[in-house]
Amino acid sequence: MDLTPSEAQRMLRHSAERFIAEHYDQAARRHAMQDPMGFKRENWRKLADLGWLGLPFPEEVGGFGGGPVEVAILMEEFGRGLATEPYLSTVLLAGTLIAECGTQEQQMVLLPAIINGERLLSFAHYESDARAGLSEIHTVAQADNQGWMLHGRKMAVLDAVSADVHMVSARLPDVQGAGLALFLVPKDAAGVRLRDAPRLGGGRVAELTFERTLLPPDARLGTGGDVLPAIEGVVDRAIAALCAEAAGMMRSMFDATLDYTKVRKQFDRPLAANQVIRHRLADMYVQCEEARAMAARAALPVGADSDSTQRSLAASGAKVKVGRCARNVAEQAVQLHGAMGVTDELDLGLYFKRLLVFEALFGSVDYHLQRHAKLFGNSRSE
Amino acid sequence: MSLSFTPDELRFRDEVRAFIAARLSPELRRASSLNVSFFSYPDIVTPWQRALHERGWVAPGWPQEHGGPGWTATQRWIFESECAAAGAPQLSPMGIKMVGPVLMRFGTSEQKKFYLPRILSGEDRWCQGYSEPGSGSDLASLKTRAVRHGDHYIVNGTKIWTTHAHFANRMFALVRTSDEPRQQDGISFLLIDMASPGITIRPITMISGDHDVNQVFFDGVEVPVTNLVGEEGRGWTCGKYLLEFERGGGINSPKLRHALEKVRELANSDLSCKAISHPEIATKLSDIELDVQTLEFLELRVLSALQRGENPGPVSSVLKLRASEIHQAISRVGVEMIGQNALVEERRRPLHALNDEPIIPEELLSVVARHLNGRANTIFGGSSEIQRDIIAKQVLGL
Repeated sequence: MDLTPSEAQRMLRHSAERFIAEHYDQAARRHAMQDPMGFKRENWRKLADLGWLGLPFPEEVGGFGGGPVEVAILMEEFGRGLATEPYLSTVLLAGTLIAECGTQEQQMVLLPAIINGERLLSFAHYESDARAGLSEIHTVAQADNQGWMLHGRKMAVLDAVSADVHMVSARLPDVQGAGLALFLVPKDAAGVRLRDAPRLGGGRVAELTFERTLLPPDARLGTGGDVLPAIEGVVDRAIAALCAEAAGMMRSMFDATLDYTKVRKQFDRPLAANQVIRHRLADMYVQCEEARAMAARAALPVGADSDSTQRSLAASGAKVKVGRCARNVAEQAVQLHGAMGVTDELDLGLYFKRLLVFEALFGSVDYHLQRHAKLFGNSRSE
Repeated sequence: MSLSFTPDELRFRDEVRAFIAARLSPELRRASSLNVSFFSYPDIVTPWQRALHERGWVAPGWPQEHGGPGWTATQRWIFESECAAAGAPQLSPMGIKMVGPVLMRFGTSEQKKFYLPRILSGEDRWCQGYSEPGSGSDLASLKTRAVRHGDHYIVNGTKIWTTHAHFANRMFALVRTSDEPRQQDGISFLLIDMASPGITIRPITMISGDHDVNQVFFDGVEVPVTNLVGEEGRGWTCGKYLLEFERGGGINSPKLRHALEKVRELANSDLSCKAISHPEIATKLSDIELDVQTLEFLELRVLSALQRGENPGPVSSVLKLRASEIHQAISRVGVEMIGQNALVEERRRPLHALNDEPIIPEELLSVVARHLNGRANTIFGGSSEIQRDIIAKQVLGL
């Protein structure tokens, strides 16, 4: 047993910290929010140059050969700086699914293009509330003699506006027992409608509709079999990564609050001179440490080769624990800033909103608490 | 980074398991599971301590030169986890974890030579004379006075919340030897023989009915000057060193995990009418499970830091704060789970010695008592409020 980060992991954290400190100040954040894509393309190129877009991919396809621990390190720092680049969409969701389910040819074409920053992808999956789970899919793909015809509507698609290709899940009504399949849909395919909106706290989000969208035969990712288990695994790993990102955001909110309460005076003394404030700050600090520990812990059993029950327990568990801590730290940070906390002038509000996004993505605390309780009961009765 | 054990560590775990299987009798296990006090009764602890002592495993944290086993931090973790999982009685921390380390650091060679082996063997049972009426967590305000007369101190005053003073033959105490402008100065660390004339022990009964703590009175008690540890007037240094051990030196999550396992067993059994089938109980258990996992990971990170020779940092208050709160959450859900069986108040002790048939199953008798006693967790060893003050001051720089 050894929880010491390796030399490579230490270096990764160090360069991520430096990168964020250099590129993500208040002005840069505000600037990125004005961009129609929700982020600055030159930052994406820098991420590619640093090799981070290839972090979770195998070395054979030009990747870095990292795992969830490395991803967590990077995401925590992204969270601290409130980066809005589509790392989750392109690399962790769509990219990982290609690496896991794609044909040899799809991998050789798409992964290098992702890794070198040329191509962006969205992952269009949810159609109703995340509380309904990952299998509630009604979009259909019908086999056609020229390929496939896609029909359906996807909600809350992250970063769809900047994506060159949408990865869309659909049912195959013609294929007996095939369950879900994934399709690669070019952004300009006929019958694709995109309605884009700003995402809470930065970035973009969209609704995608597919009306008799015709796709070539090789638009299907992989060659067969139900992709739901792969989606579940990728989403569990994404949750672990998001927990690390949330821990980074919490830390930034906490640091800002600590600084503020030391400086802001009321009744002739700093706010932090009051015991009730000091104790609240102590609790926030404890929760930041807990969230960070739980995110780091979740990264260990969510690897691609792990047992699926253990992986889901780790992901759901972290979503619950980090979610609870995040909500308290975010709400207290705003509270302790007083009226300043509810103005748009501080970045605090952006972090607050992004932590709400964290809570809402891939299922709430309550959803994951119930999932954890169910899996925990099951895993014990084996 | 890896959470898994090396083959050597797995071999060590098997060795510990084999030892426990051979030496922890079913009677001891039962008695220990019915123990609701913070410290186990001597009739439970003594045989277990003897078995551990024979094997050289009684003081996992001690250096080898003083009789420790010379384990790595991971081995200590494995040992603590296996003992907790088996429901082994907990040894009193007073000697092994508290006064022992202080003597190693500040004691004379005579003191080390005399006391340390007696701590290991269990021949000496120690209690802690720190708190006083009116001092609480403001320890520096203590008033018990020791005045030097030739080669003796004469001690007058009183100590309170003295756990198991009635079973102890020795006390380590903080006493005032002079009045200084700064309250922390002028305090000395004394070792007191509990058989000395002039000592009176008054039992204090807890809300559960347990007799764990006492008030101890000193009326002209003579203590040889050779029983002073460290320098006269510098006892605060020893006391603080000891408190750091009390708060951060411990590994709490294995015990908490065991307590949660017991509650989960209860939830799965007919004793609680299968409480686990109620979604609110199942999710509450998951919530606590995640709190335990978080604490466990924080503790493992401290162990990893210690193992590579680093300082764990000021995390001990975080660990103490969370461990005590989680402890209370576990005992509270236990009470919720047993429903109306919680109405029965059994005040006779020890529970393992009762020989009539209680009106509710024996296992349920300990649930409420443990919850009541557990309320002290966030009060002793520096209350949660004090821990938050420490975090604010030492970690956040406020």
